[in-house]
Amino acid sequence: MKEKVENFLQSKLSQFVLKSEPINSNIPTYSIKSEGVVPVIKALKEDSELKFDFLNDLTAIDWLGKRNPRFELCYLLKSPSNKHFRIMLKAAIEDGEGIHSITSLFKGANWPEREIFDLFGIEFINHPYMDRIILPDNFQGHPLRKDFPLEGFGQDYLISDLLHIHQEE
Amino acid sequence: MGLTDILRKPGETLGDMAQVANLDAMVNWGQSYSLWPYPFATACCGIEFMGTACSDNDIARFGAERPSFSPRQADMILVLGTITYKMAPVLREIYDQLSEPKYVVSVGACASSGGMFDTYGVVQGIDRFLPVDIYIPGCPPRPEAIMDALIRLQEKVKTQGLEARRTEIKRKIEEINERNRPLIVR
Repeated sequence: MKEKVENFLQSKLSQFVLKSEPINSNIPTYSIKSEGVVPVIKALKEDSELKFDFLNDLTAIDWLGKRNPRFELCYLLKSPSNKHFRIMLKAAIEDGEGIHSITSLFKGANWPEREIFDLFGIEFINHPYMDRIILPDNFQGHPLRKDFPLEGFGQDYLISDLLHIHQEE
Repeated sequence: MGLTDILRKPGETLGDMAQVANLDAMVNWGQSYSLWPYPFATACCGIEFMGTACSDNDIARFGAERPSFSPRQADMILVLGTITYKMAPVLREIYDQLSEPKYVVSVGACASSGGMFDTYGVVQGIDRFLPVDIYIPGCPPRPEAIMDALIRLQEKVKTQGLEARRTEIKRKIEEINERNRPLIVR
């Protein structure tokens, strides 16, 4: 199965696949260009043999000071018709750069993408509703970034209307 | 010795049938044995409260067996667990809905001080915005600790009059307002 995926990527999608150092993992991992996320996943999903039509997970990593570009998005795809074979696709982007949303391919990517926006500040282009999903709407900053202080910047602004109790009389 | 003289001495027994008491003490005594809790459970302390309410420990022995899930019918609110900044407005709204007289019990390390969660999302103690009556230490506290807090609260309800209660709440609110004055906004 691994060879099939490799051949498929090399023969049909070689313009999007980047060469990467071999990663010691039980899941085959491929680095792709950030602009190739939608075509690569679409091809893997719609191929009649591979059928990677299940999005297991979608998350991001902040490699502040360790790698350039800074952020890395991880797409974990599964093929239920091929003994649940899984592959990992990684796309690197720089701070402030956007990446194309894959909600047109997987409806379930909607909330993970909003979560990544909430916690990392990565914008997804063509997402139906790009807004914070977990943190309060007036939250400032993106806490899973490595340069966000653990205690926050003084979070009292979040409950500023509660901190003064008005008394009658 | 007239009736007025007798009524001036609360606590005096008349034979073995009647006892003189003033209305305030009578009401407080009744209230102290029917403190309906409103469990505001957000973390593991809530599980501990369930254990306290169940037959092994049985909080019903002290008259607090009826967890009221409507704040309007509750006498005290038990804050059981971590309160985040997103949850704080909800807690405050429920506190405002409780009918007077209302008591706040902060159960466990998280509700009292933020506990081990010294992070961007967690309020460092509910006394930032609520007048707390009793703090229970522990992570989570034992059921015995929760019952001890209940007994202490009963003592407080019994001995404290309405006027003293009012001045205490007023003082606590002033303290909160004073402490929170230097509001840090980024």
